[in-house]
Parts: sequence; structure tokens; C-alpha cells
Amino acid sequence: MTLPQLFFAYFALSMTVLSLLVVTRKNPAHSVLWMLLLFVHIAGLYLFLNAEFLAAIQIIVYAGAILVLFLFVIMLLNLKSEESVQKFQKQWPVGLGIALILGICIVVTVSKITVMPPLGDYSVEFIQAEGSMMTIGKVLYTRFLLPFEVASLILLVAIIGAVVLAKRKI
Amino acid sequence: MVPLSWYIVLSAVMFSIGVFGFLARRNLLIIFISIELMLNSVNISLIAFSHYLQSMRGQILVFFVITVAAAEAAIGLAILIAYYKNNPTIKVDKVNLLKG
Repeated sequence: MTLPQLFFAYFALSMTVLSLLVVTRKNPAHSVLWMLLLFVHIAGLYLFLNAEFLAAIQIIVYAGAILVLFLFVIMLLNLKSEESVQKFQKQWPVGLGIALILGICIVVTVSKITVMPPLGDYSVEFIQAEGSMMTIGKVLYTRFLLPFEVASLILLVAIIGAVVLAKRKI
Repeated sequence: MVPLSWYIVLSAVMFSIGVFGFLARRNLLIIFISIELMLNSVNISLIAFSHYLQSMRGQILVFFVITVAAAEAAIGLAILIAYYKNNPTIKVDKVNLLKG
């Protein structure tokens, strides 16, 4: 095994273990904290794939904003009485079966792909010469300008919706 | 050089773990966290494709997925708090107001 493959093996193993820890902890606060470690690993994998901008976004938005939101909600709800002995619903074997079948289906389907589409213009050398931020910004503000504006609309709807839902009396 | 299929298998494994958490857990908060886990596993495969096909589209798509995930988390947690004010429980098998 070469060095990149060893790196990938470490990341894959720890990410699988961390995902299992996230979905099996009894206390949601522990779950969120394992999720934080998982997000750091995912950001490391993004760096490995030459996506520096998205690695930074992963840390800032996911670990910095979304997980803090989860922790705030756990703090707001008084969950001491919720921690019962029974973590899983009684139909959990069905869920396990569906998850296994789905995973096997995805792996088999992907392994049947034989034809790959032609390579695009954004090679590693091009991105290194241009800069990661510059490349992604140029694409985002020219070809994907309309989806970018729609994304801002989605965020506006989320802000207004969260305020309306959480307010006792409007 | 790490082959592309390794990333896809890692992504599939994480997605399956997320599906299991979504279907099997009783705690509504952990169900939300499982949804985030599934979104992240899809992001990994998108970025891997983006790198190996030398295209920028995967990264742009991940950008939008993160936006939608943030909006979804905010709205979902607001609904959770609004529900908790009326019925102080977040176990999904106790949420049966619509049951006849």
C-alpha cells in the first residue's frame, strides 16, 4: 500500500466507526460531539480531494453553525426524563435489513459502471495555477448564478420559517 | 493513487449507517443527526467524482447541498421545539396525535 492509500484507509476506518458511534449513543449530546469529530475527518478527506474551499466551509458551516444549533436545542429541551433504557424502536431489525440491502445495492450498482464520461477542463494543475477559491467563484458566479440566487432565497425562507415556528405568538 | 471506487464504497457505507439510524432510533434529535450524516456521505461521493472527472460541478452541488442542509436543520429543529412545547416528548413512537 502506498502512503495515500494508508491515509485513506485511516480516514475510512475512523469515519465508519464514528458514524456507528453517532447513531448508537444514548445521549444526543454525545452523538453530536462524535458528529463533530466525524465532520473534522470529512474536511480532511475534502483536502485530500483538492477541495480546500469546501473543507473550510465544512468546518465553518457544519461544525460551527449546524452542530452548535443542535447543541442549543439539546440544552433547551429538558431531556433527562427522555433517556430511557430502550434506544431503538421495536422494528429496528427491519431498519437494519433495509439499510444493509440499500448499501449492497449502491455498491453493486456502482461496480457495474464501465463507461466514464470525458474529463472536464478543471485538472489539478489548472486549479493550482488559478487558485481553488478563484475557480469555484468563477463557476459559481457565471454558469450557476441562478441556483446561487435561489439558494439565498432558501436561506431567507429558513430564517423566516424558524422565527415563525419558534415564536409563541406572532 | 486511491481509486474512485473506494470513495464510493465509503460513501455507501456511511449512507447505510445513516439510513439505519433514521429508521431505528426513537430519539427525534438523533434522527435529524442521521439525516445530516446521509447528506455528508453524498457530499463525499460528489466531491470524489468532481476530483476524478476533473469537473467543477460536483463541488458546486456540494455547496448547494450544504445550504439546503443548514436550512433543513433550522426549520426541523424549530418544528421540534414547537412540538415539544405542546407535548413534552421527542420519542417518535410517542408522537401519535394523528392516529385514529
